[in-house]
Amino acid sequence: MRTLILDTAERIFRDICDQTLVDKAEKGEWPAGLWQTLEESGLTQAAVPEEQGGAGGTIGDGLYFLKASGRYVAPLPLAETLIAGVLLAEAGAQVPAGPLTIAPVRPNEIIEFSDGKLSGTATRVPFAQGASAIVVATSAGLAIVDPASVTIERDKSMAGEPRDTVIFDGAPATIVGNASPDRIWQLGALARSVQMAGALEGILAMSVQYVQDRKQFGRALSKFQAVQQSLAAMAGQVAAASSAADVAIEATEAGDPGVSIAVAKARVGEAAGIAAELAHQAHGAIGFTHEYALHQFTRRLWAWRDEFGGEPYWQAEIGRLVAKSGADNLWKFASRT
Amino acid sequence: MTAALTYPPRTLGPEQEAMRAEVRAFLQKDYADGGFGRGQEAMARYDVEFSRRWGQAGFIGITWPKKYGGRGLTFLDRYVVTEEALAAGAPVGAHWVADRQSGPLLLKYGTEEQRQRFLPRIVAGEAFFCIGMSEPDSGSDLASVRMSATRTDGGWLLNGTKLWTSLAHICHYMIALVRTSPVNPENRHEGMSQMIVDLNAPGVEVRPVYNLAGEHHFNQEVFTDYFLPDENVVGEIGAGWEQVMSELAYERSGPERILSTFQTLVELVRQVGDNPSEVEARAIGRLTAHLMTLRGMSVSVAGMLADGKMPVTEAALVKDLGTNYCKDVPETARLICPPEDGAGGNSRYEKMLKTATLLAPSLTIQGGTREILRGMIARGLGLR
Repeated sequence: MRTLILDTAERIFRDICDQTLVDKAEKGEWPAGLWQTLEESGLTQAAVPEEQGGAGGTIGDGLYFLKASGRYVAPLPLAETLIAGVLLAEAGAQVPAGPLTIAPVRPNEIIEFSDGKLSGTATRVPFAQGASAIVVATSAGLAIVDPASVTIERDKSMAGEPRDTVIFDGAPATIVGNASPDRIWQLGALARSVQMAGALEGILAMSVQYVQDRKQFGRALSKFQAVQQSLAAMAGQVAAASSAADVAIEATEAGDPGVSIAVAKARVGEAAGIAAELAHQAHGAIGFTHEYALHQFTRRLWAWRDEFGGEPYWQAEIGRLVAKSGADNLWKFASRT
Repeated sequence: MTAALTYPPRTLGPEQEAMRAEVRAFLQKDYADGGFGRGQEAMARYDVEFSRRWGQAGFIGITWPKKYGGRGLTFLDRYVVTEEALAAGAPVGAHWVADRQSGPLLLKYGTEEQRQRFLPRIVAGEAFFCIGMSEPDSGSDLASVRMSATRTDGGWLLNGTKLWTSLAHICHYMIALVRTSPVNPENRHEGMSQMIVDLNAPGVEVRPVYNLAGEHHFNQEVFTDYFLPDENVVGEIGAGWEQVMSELAYERSGPERILSTFQTLVELVRQVGDNPSEVEARAIGRLTAHLMTLRGMSVSVAGMLADGKMPVTEAALVKDLGTNYCKDVPETARLICPPEDGAGGNSRYEKMLKTATLLAPSLTIQGGTREILRGMIARGLGLR
C-alpha cells in the first residue's frame, strides 16, 4: 500500500505542483485542482481508517506522503489535515472531508471549553481561512469547530503560508475525544520535520542539477572541486535530516516515539539552516531572485524550522532528559536500550 | 527527482538485544575485575590480554562461518558488539583491524588454506593485523603506492616503505598493498596486489612514529628484499585496487566513526549535573541529537552490509558526518563548561577533554580524509 501511495503522490506532485502553482498560492489563490486530485486519490486522509472517512493506511503512510509533499513544497494544509485526521480517528470520530487545520499550535495558548462554548485565542494557526473544520485541543478535550463560528484574522509566514489568528470566543463545540495541546505540539513537530526533510531532498536535487547545467570559466560548476565539496557537505546534512525524520516516523508508527520526535526536529532544523545556505551559495545570484524556484523551498525551511519549537526548544528538552537520566546512563539513553 | 543518499531505518531485533546483554555482562564483569581501563578512541588503545579475553568470549569474527571459529551471525549483531565495546571505552585496538577488515577480506578473496591458517587465530584473539596502505609519498593518493613486489623463486621480494601503520608494533601481520607491475599512466589502478606480511619474518623493520601527543601509535615499516611466499598473496595478482576498495564499506561506517569522543560527552553530562541551565541543556541535547541520528545512519549501513550490499558511498558520508561530530564534542564542551584548571587539568572531565582535543585532528584524516570522502560523495551525486 505504501508504495502505491508514494508512487501516486509523486506522480500528482510532479504533474501539478509546479513553481507557478506555489507562487499563485502564496499570493492567496487556493490550489483547488491539486487539493481535489489529492483528496480524490485518498491521499489527504491516508492515515485514517476507511469507516471513518479515510483511505485505511497507517500514520507512517500519511507521514511518508507528507515527506513527498515536502519535496515539492505543496502549498496546502496537508500536515494539518493529517494531524487533525489522526486525532479524530483516535477519538473514534468521523473525519470531515476537505482541508482541516488544528489549534492551538503555540505553547501556553489555552482554549477553554465551558457549557458547550469555547473561549480563547490561538495564533499562527496554519490555513485557518479556508479550512472545512478546525480540530481544537481544548481544556476539556478534543473538539471540532466550524470556521464560520469563529473570527479569523489573516497573517502569513515568511514562506507566504497562511498563519492566522483564530478568536474562538463564543463558538459552539462538542467534545469528541481527549487529545491535549501537547499531542498537537508533538505531532506538529514531527510533521514539520518530515516536510523539511522532503524539502531538503528537493533543494539538494535542484542544486545538483543547477551546478551541472551552469557553466563558468568554460566548464560546468560541478567540475570545480570547491563546488563538489560544498554539495557533498550539503548531501551530508540532507541525509542526516532525512534519516532522523524517517527514524521518528518509524518509531511513531510502532507506537513508541520516545525522544525520536525531539531528535528529528532538532537535527532537521539544524540541517535546514546549513543546507539552505549551501544551496543558495551553489546557485549564486539567480537563487536570490523571485524568478527562480529555490526561495519557495528555502523560505519554507526557514519558517518550518521555527514552528512547533525550533532547535533551541527541542535541544533543551533532550538535554534535560539526558541530564536527568545521568552520565552513566547516557549510552543507554542514546542507544534506546 | 531525489539525489539524496538514503538510510532506511533499521530496527535491531531481539537477537541483537540478546547479544547486547551478553556483551554488556562481559564488559561489566571484566571492568569490575580490574580487567581494562576506560578511555577514548578505543580502537587506538590496546590491551593484548583484553583482546584475548574478548576473543575467547566469542566476540571476534562473529559474522564469520562457524568452521573458522566464527558464530555465523549478521552484521547487525557485529554492530551491537562493537558499539557496546566502544561506548564502554574498552581497549579494542589490538584485534580491531583483523576483526573489522582483514578477516572479511580473507573470507572474500583469500584461499581456503589462508582462511584455515588465519581466521581461527584471529577469532581467538591471538593474531593481530594492521593495514599496509599508506607510504611516505602516498597518503590520500593511494594509487601512487611504490612499494614493489618482484617475482622470485616461490614467491615475491618486497622493497619499499609503509607509513602511518596503526599499532604495527604489536601486530603479527600486515596486509600490504604493493605494486606487482610498474605504473601504467593510462590506468593507475592496475598492477597492484595485496599480500599478507609476517611482521616477525626477516627483511622488515618496524620503527615508531610518535604522534603530536607523544604517543606511539603509528609506525613506519622498511622492507629490504623481504621474501613473501606465494601462499601469502591475497586474491588475484593485479586486482589489489578493487579488493582494497571493497574493504572501505567495512572501514568507514562503523560505530568507531561516531564514538571516538563519547567519553567526553559522558563526563560533560556528569559535570553539568542533573539540573542544567538552559544553555547547558541545549548543548547536551544538540550533541545527543546528533549522536542518535548518526547511530541510526550507521545501523542502517550495517543493515545494508547484512543484506549483502556494498554501500561504499553511504559509508563515506557517515564517516564524514561522524568524524566532524566527534571533533565538535570537545569544542562544544569547553565552551559551555570551561575546564576549571585549564587545558592541563586533571579532573576526569578535564582529562577526557584534553585527550579528545589532542586526538581530534586525526579523526578527519585517518581512513580517508574529509576531502577524499566528500569527493566520493560528489561522485555519488553524479558531479564527477
